[in-house]
Amino acid sequence: MIEIYLLVIAMLAAAIVAIEIKDLLASAVSMGIVGFSVAIMFILVQAPDLAIVQIVVEILTVVFFAATILRTTHTDTTIQKGIQREGIFPVIAFFIFGTLVTVLAIYALKDLPRFGMPIMKVAEHYIVHGLNQTGATNIVAAIILDYRGYDTFGEAVVLFTSVLGVLTILRVKGRK
Amino acid sequence: MKGMSVIVKTISRILAGFIFLYGSYIILHGHLTPGGGFAGGVIIAASFILLVLSFGAAEIKEKSSYTFSSIFESLGGLMFLILALLGLFAGTFFFTNIISKGAPLKLLSAGIIPLANIAIGMKVGAGLLSIFLALAASHYIMKE
Repeated sequence: MIEIYLLVIAMLAAAIVAIEIKDLLASAVSMGIVGFSVAIMFILVQAPDLAIVQIVVEILTVVFFAATILRTTHTDTTIQKGIQREGIFPVIAFFIFGTLVTVLAIYALKDLPRFGMPIMKVAEHYIVHGLNQTGATNIVAAIILDYRGYDTFGEAVVLFTSVLGVLTILRVKGRK
Repeated sequence: MKGMSVIVKTISRILAGFIFLYGSYIILHGHLTPGGGFAGGVIIAASFILLVLSFGAAEIKEKSSYTFSSIFESLGGLMFLILALLGLFAGTFFFTNIISKGAPLKLLSAGIIPLANIAIGMKVGAGLLSIFLALAASHYIMKE
């Protein structure tokens, strides 16, 4: 358990650095730290499927960001130095509402099941009967392609739509 | 987009095939070991993206590979839909596993799940690659 907390602390620190630092390349690198920590966390909670996807997507994302940054300017000119006079009110409002939401969340989340103890009966059914009913030893594949195949089909449609959207935005011909 | 140095080109020419092989392994063994169509498709797309990044975009090559990736993406989506409809045609429900399940831990087992993994791998890999090509080489591809 302790290593998950350490990872969470490292991710928080890296996220703050990614927002606040002025050098955009360093910002992209610390964003990569967050992503790889998520991958390590997936391995720690025994979800290697997600870890593979996370690692590959994270590498691609960091490469894209680095390629873009190396072609443009290196520094972020939009970061302000210190807190301005008119910036005080949002900070106070942030702390008030943050405290309020935290207190409410502590009350609301008290009844949730503990970590690693799901109350959903259907997950237990998948684990117990998955191999007999589908024949797949990888339980994740059995769930996403057999029990929840319809969701996966929706996911494929979402991917297709996103490709269409990118091509529509980037088109040259027909744009006025 | 011009290419990188000769060291990068040589190394990525050697590595791209192995990355493609690893992605194929992840897809084909998706029903046995961790992985599956989504992860393997992204890895296969990464092998092509590595080649495009290191060798640079040339007009004719980009246009033809863009056409190929569009065709493969549509093929993957259609294959997945046909697999889902097979259950309907066989007289049961959408997405029924109608092929025999076979022995567990064999490569040819689990009915339509390996086929669906291949379809999703084609779709994800080709879709990601065509997004990348459209972003990186939009000058060449979108011109006509």
